[in-house]
Amino acid sequence: MTGSAVFASWGNRLRIAHPVLRPATRDGAAAMVAGGPPGGLLAHGNGRSYGDVALNPGGALIAMRRLDRFIAFDPETGLLTCEAGVTLAEILAVLARPAADGSGWLLPVMPGTRFVTVGGAIANDVHGKNAHREGSFGRHVEAIELARSDAGRLVCTRTENAGLFAATLGGLGLTGLILSATLRLRRVAGLALETEDIRFDTLADFFRLDAESADGWEYTAAWVDCLARGPRLGRGLYSRARHAAGVAAPPPARAPRFSVPVTPPVSAVNGASLSAFNALYLRRLGSRRSRRAVRPYGPVLFPLDALGRWNRLYGPKGFFQFQAVVPPQAAEAATAELFAAIAASGQGSMLVVLKRFGAIASEGLLSFPMPGTSLALDFPDRGASTRALLARLEAIVMAAGGRLYPAKDETMARASFEAGYPAHAAFRAHIDPAFSSAFARRVGLLGDTVR
Amino acid sequence: MSAGPSRVALFGATSDIAVAYGRRCAEAGARLVLVGRDPAGLVASADDLRVRGAAAVEILHADFADLAGLPAVAEAAWAAFGGLDLALVAYGALPDQATLEADPAALAETLELNFVSPAVLADRLAARFEAARAGTIAVITSVAGDRGRRSNYGYGAAKGGCQRFLEGLRHRLAAAGVTVLDIRPGFVATKMTAHLPRGGPLWATPDRVAADIARAVARRKAVLYTPWFWGFIMMIVRALPRPLFHRTRF
Ligand SMILES: Cc1cc2nc3c(=O)[nH]c(=O)nc-3n(C[C@H](O)[C@H](O)[C@H](O)COP(=O)(O)OP(=O)(O)OC[C@H]3O[C@@H](n4cnc5c(N)ncnc54)[C@H](O)[C@@H]3O)c2cc1C
Ligand SMILES: NC(=O)c1ccc[n+]([C@@H]2O[C@H](COP(=O)([O-])OP(=O)(O)OC[C@H]3O[C@@H](n4cnc5c(N)ncnc54)[C@H](OP(=O)(O)O)[C@@H]3O)[C@@H](O)[C@H]2O)c1
Repeated sequence: MTGSAVFASWGNRLRIAHPVLRPATRDGAAAMVAGGPPGGLLAHGNGRSYGDVALNPGGALIAMRRLDRFIAFDPETGLLTCEAGVTLAEILAVLARPAADGSGWLLPVMPGTRFVTVGGAIANDVHGKNAHREGSFGRHVEAIELARSDAGRLVCTRTENAGLFAATLGGLGLTGLILSATLRLRRVAGLALETEDIRFDTLADFFRLDAESADGWEYTAAWVDCLARGPRLGRGLYSRARHAAGVAAPPPARAPRFSVPVTPPVSAVNGASLSAFNALYLRRLGSRRSRRAVRPYGPVLFPLDALGRWNRLYGPKGFFQFQAVVPPQAAEAATAELFAAIAASGQGSMLVVLKRFGAIASEGLLSFPMPGTSLALDFPDRGASTRALLARLEAIVMAAGGRLYPAKDETMARASFEAGYPAHAAFRAHIDPAFSSAFARRVGLLGDTVR
Repeated sequence: MSAGPSRVALFGATSDIAVAYGRRCAEAGARLVLVGRDPAGLVASADDLRVRGAAAVEILHADFADLAGLPAVAEAAWAAFGGLDLALVAYGALPDQATLEADPAALAETLELNFVSPAVLADRLAARFEAARAGTIAVITSVAGDRGRRSNYGYGAAKGGCQRFLEGLRHRLAAAGVTVLDIRPGFVATKMTAHLPRGGPLWATPDRVAADIARAVARRKAVLYTPWFWGFIMMIVRALPRPLFHRTRF
C-alpha cells in the first residue's frame, strides 16, 4: 500500500509530493514503523495544520485516516479507546448523542474544527474555547499506544513510559507513530449551549469582560475588528457559552453540507471583501449591545466547519495563519501592540480569535497552551509585506515572553522556537530516530537533512 | 437514522464497503454477524461496531473459495440470531486481467470466487428467506458485469453471471416477498483498488456507496448503480455499437 501523493498544508502555500504509506491496521502500521524506510517517516492526520508540521519533504508520510476504528467505550466512566485516525467529528457523531434528559457525553476539548484526527489532536496538544477551564486535549488523554522504530510498540501513560507520554502530548509527530489512544469523555447535563454575544469597544473592555466571564462561562473567545484604527482600535465581539442543563442538541454533521469545489484564480479574501465582512460582522447584533440564545454546540464551536474546504477561498497563493500566546502580565500591552502593528500594515485578517488560556498547565514538553492571552489571525499571502508583518508580530510576542503555535506556523525563527519552548532540549531525547518533519528541520529540532 | 434491518449478516465483513455499511447498521442498533477469513480484522471490526451501537455482534470464520463449506456458512449465519433481515454478500477479488490470460487456474479461481461462490451462497440463503417470507438478499456485483471489456472480462464475466443469477433468484423470490438487490458500484476507493491511480469525479468513497445501499434496501430496489451516474454511463457503454466499442481501450 505505497504510492505517492501530493499533500498540502491547510494554508495551501505548501504543496509537496510525498511517498505515502497507508496502513489499514495497527499491526500493519507498527510494521511500517519497525521497517522505517530510509528517508524518514511522519504521520499525517487530516491535514488541518496550517503550516509544515504535517509535511516531510524528502521523507515519507504515513496517512492515518484508514485507522478509523473504535476499540472500546465504557459508558460508566466515559473512557474511550480508538485508533489514531478517528476524527473528532466521528466521535461526536457516534458518542455525543443526547439522552432523553438532554445530557450526553462530549469531548472535553474541541478545537475550532472537528475534522481533525485523535492523533493530530494529541500531537499538537490542541485547545478549545474552554482552554481556561479544561486545559488542552492532552490533559484528557489517559493512554497512548505508540509504535517506535527503536523500541517496538509501547503503551505510554502518566505512570508507564511517563517521559515519552509527556513528550508525545504536543510532540508534533516526532516521538513515533500514535496507533491508538484512550481519552476521557466528559458528561454534560445538556448538550446544547446557552450563548451570549457582547459588543465591546476597547481592548480594556475585552479584558474586563473576560475576567468577569471566567467563572460562569466555560467557552469564551472574542473577535476583534483588525481594520479599526485610532480610538476604535480594539472594538469587537465577545462570545461566551455554557452548557444548558436539560437541553439536548444533536451531533454536528460528519461532513460539511457545502464545500468550495475549486480554488478560485485569485483570493476571494481581499481588502474589499474584508472591509465588508468586518462591517457586517460587527453589526451582527444590530443596535443591541448583546444577544443571548440557546443553540446546538456545532455552529457555536465550529463556525468554519459549515463550509468545506474554505481554505481554497484564499486562492492559489494560499495564506498564512498566525497564533501566539503572551503571558498574563504582558498580555494587555502586547495585545494592543499586535493590533497596532496589524492596523499599521493595512493587512487585515478576517479570522481573529482572541482568547485567554487559564492556569491549568499543559503536560506536553512542547505543548503550546500556557497561561496568558492567545491571538490567532489569517493573512492572505501578499509576499514580502506579509512576511514582514509576520516577523513584526513574532518580535512583539517574543519580547513579551510568549510563544508561537507550531500547528499554525510556517515562518518562526529557530531562536523564537527555542525561547518559546524551553523544554526543547529535553524533548530531543524522545525523538524517534526514524521520524522527521519539515517543521522539525526548520526550527533546528533535527539537522536540516532528512535522517 | 431510520430503522434499518435489525439482523444483518455481512459475508466478506472486512471488505471496505461492507465495513462502511455495517457501521450504518450498527449506529441504528442492529445485530450483526460478521463472516470472513481474517480473524484479527473481524475482531477489530466487531469492537468498532459495538462502540457504534450494535446491539450484538457475532463472528464466523469462512473461506468463500471453499465452495463445499458454503451451505454450513449460510446455516450458521442464519442461526446466529435465529434468522436474518438482511444478508450482504460483499467478498470478491479483482485480479489483473493479464494474469488471468496467462494462467488458466487463476481464471477459474476468479470465476469461482466472484460468481460460483456468491451464487451458491445466495441460493442457500434464499431457501431460508423464502420460508421466512421476508428480508433482503443483497449482493455486490459491479458495473464491470454490464459489458465484457478487454481490460477486465474475467472478473466482469463473473460479475455479469452473478447479475443474471440474481435476476432469476429475484423472479423466484418475488412471490415470497423477499427482495433481491443487485448492487453495482463503479470505482470505489477500497483495498481492492489501492494499487490504481485514484481520485477524480468518478471515484466514490465506501461510505458514499454504503449510504446508497442503505437507501436502496429501505426502498426495496432491485438494481442499484452507485453512485447514480454509473447507471447512465453503463447505459451508454452497453449501447455503443460494436465497431465503435472495439476502438476503445478501457
Ligand atoms: C478551521 C481550523 C480551526 C482550528 N482551530 C484550532 C483551535 O481552536 N485550537 C487548536 O489547538 N488548533 C486548531 N486548529 C489546528 C488543528 O486543530 C491542528 O492542526 C490539529 O493538529 C490538526 O489535526 P490533523 O488530524 O489534521 O493532523 P495533521 O495536521 O495532519 O497533523 C498534525 C500533527 O500531528 C501529527 N500526527 C497526526 N497523526 C499522528 C499520529 N497518529 N501519530 C503521531 N503523530 C501524528 C503530524 O505528524 C503533525 O505533526 C484549527 C485548524 C483549522 C483548520
Ligand atoms: N472497489 C471497487 O471499485 C469495486 C467496484 C465494483 C464492485 N466492487 C465489489 O465490491 C465488493 C467489495 O469489495 P471492496 O471494494 O470493499 O474491496 P475489499 O475491501 O478488498 O473487499 C473484498 C473482500 O473480499 C474478501 N475475500 C476475498 N476472497 C475471500 C475468500 N476467499 N474468503 C473470504 N473472504 C474473501 C477480502 O477479505 P480479506 O479482508 O480477508 O482480504 C476482502 O475483505 C466486491 O465484491 C467487489 O468485487 C468493488
